[in-house]
Amino acid sequence: MTNLLAATVFLPIAGAALCLLAHGRSIVQRVISLGTVVAALLVSVGVVAAVHNDGVVVAALGGWPAPYGIVLVADMFSVLLLAVSLATVLGVLVFAIGQLEHEVEQRFFHPLYLVLTAGVSASFLTGDLFNLFVAFEMMLIASYVLLALGGRSDSVRPAMTYVVVNLLASTFFITAVALVYAATGSVNMADLAGRIADLPMGLQVALSLLLLVVFGIKAAMFPLFFWLPDSYPTAPTAITAVFAGLLTKIGVYAIIRTQTVLFGWGGDAPDPLVLFLAGATMVVGVLGAVAQDDVKRILSFHIVSQIGYMIFGLGLYTVAGLAGATLFLVHQIPVKTSLFLVGGLVEKMTGTGQLSRVGGLARRTPVTAVLFMLGALSLAGLPPFSGFFGKLALVQAGLEAERFLIVGVSLAVSILTLFSMTKIWAGAFWGLPEEDPPFEQARGEGPLQAPRLMTGATIGVIALTLGIGLSAEPLWNLSVEAAQGLVDTSGYVEAVLGTEDVATAGSAP
Amino acid sequence: MTIALALVAATLYAVGTYLLLQRTLTRIVIGLALIGHGANVLLLMGGGLPGVPPLTGPDGPPAGAADPLPQALALTAIVITFGIMAFLLALAYRSWTITHDDEVEDDVEDRRLATGSARTVHDEDLDPADLIEAAGRGDPEVGS
Repeated sequence: MTNLLAATVFLPIAGAALCLLAHGRSIVQRVISLGTVVAALLVSVGVVAAVHNDGVVVAALGGWPAPYGIVLVADMFSVLLLAVSLATVLGVLVFAIGQLEHEVEQRFFHPLYLVLTAGVSASFLTGDLFNLFVAFEMMLIASYVLLALGGRSDSVRPAMTYVVVNLLASTFFITAVALVYAATGSVNMADLAGRIADLPMGLQVALSLLLLVVFGIKAAMFPLFFWLPDSYPTAPTAITAVFAGLLTKIGVYAIIRTQTVLFGWGGDAPDPLVLFLAGATMVVGVLGAVAQDDVKRILSFHIVSQIGYMIFGLGLYTVAGLAGATLFLVHQIPVKTSLFLVGGLVEKMTGTGQLSRVGGLARRTPVTAVLFMLGALSLAGLPPFSGFFGKLALVQAGLEAERFLIVGVSLAVSILTLFSMTKIWAGAFWGLPEEDPPFEQARGEGPLQAPRLMTGATIGVIALTLGIGLSAEPLWNLSVEAAQGLVDTSGYVEAVLGTEDVATAGSAP
Repeated sequence: MTIALALVAATLYAVGTYLLLQRTLTRIVIGLALIGHGANVLLLMGGGLPGVPPLTGPDGPPAGAADPLPQALALTAIVITFGIMAFLLALAYRSWTITHDDEVEDDVEDRRLATGSARTVHDEDLDPADLIEAAGRGDPEVGS
């Protein structure tokens, strides 16, 4: 099992190298990238089962034991998110093969996408603070290039913003690693869990806040979100979709991982600062979405808004709150992606994503309309869709912790979310087709067609979100298991530092 | 030694931050590079006092050996930052060939919202000159 754990990172990297060798042969590249992503997905599902049965799985790379070597650690929190992420990555890959023009796909799309996938896997699995930086960079470098792939004038400037902001955050990350190492003499997360607890309180808070800022920028948390709605919408939809579904969520994952395992605030009173940031993120994001007119920009602001819910779960610092945040993350990754994919379908068919310029799509492409509706209702949190269970868990956890203000804010934001979703629905899908649409494809009354592969991929990702809604009970149990591992980190620490025989040493709490 | 290094790191951070806040792309890039150098110096300082090379023989590492880990971390960080910096310069060059302007522009969408005409104005109807004029009406500072 331990070697298989490394396969989720190794396979995409090897696939990327093979794709480079097969440059110019689209079919070979497609087969390689689909094959490696499917294989990584299967491995990650296997690891979920293994972690559920035997507890935390640890792979010491190169045979160097922790805390000296670099370890990959799979606990329930990381593998659950990894499996969902890889499933989403697969859906978007199929969509991209259908969407991207041959010329763009030729331009190193597949190797970059696989490096991104490897970075995503490594970010979830790494048990080492500096290695987390490396994994982030792997993911981000691929994302920089993907964002600017066309090199057109309308994508270069937003790409610059994106690179500058993320590079600054990465520099802060190095600063944080340097300070953590100077204070403790270790960068292994399990080792740090014990060492940071011995530091003076002021230093602990400073390090914690510095890491919160670093990952807050990556996660687009209030007040550090401004770069996101500016840069995401300019890329081709498939690329925006995978960014929307994964990159910010990995920032949230890193926030939760570092704040719980490294600083172990669990058990203390809820942190008013984190809860305030959560509430502000929700409100500002959703108000931004209400003000926008373009489908992709509306959805981009919703990314920001939904990040608030996850931070809210962390801010409670209870098992119920963290389990709610985990379930919400699991639901958000595919839902957000699917909505962007639907937005991409609309763009592909009509040539524009602007609400004021499209209309009446429900009559002309009923399939797209139904797909959008399912995703939108899930995002807004209506039962029986997946978003409902995530929000229900968070609200219940908030009420248990007697944090009524943030619960009220989260419910109000849900209503505004539904409002802006109905805005897209009314603008794009209802009403009469525009009398004089600006684009050739959108003229006439007949049904609109998108490539089958794109529609199929979107249906697949939507089916994944429906599956999450329908299997909420087992997923909730896994989320609680994940949250218990985050609040009581002894299982994690023992598994990493304990003994050579990791399979028996690390039983889940 | 450590105080001198600390001062170097602080200066690099300060100068880098100042350059980052400019509106010219090249200065932003240089600013980022300087902050990156500052972070690497900080990382090196994290290893404590300098010492003899940490070459391990049969008798174990020599007494007073330097901590090799921060050096390894700093090298990795330098390589990564270098790669991204090269990419950023390529982007900046691309941006210059398209616009022949090194200045960071304002966001078109922001301007559109500021003019309050989101529902009626479309991309191709927007003339940058109009935007500046429109923004200037709202806030004389921006247009000037």
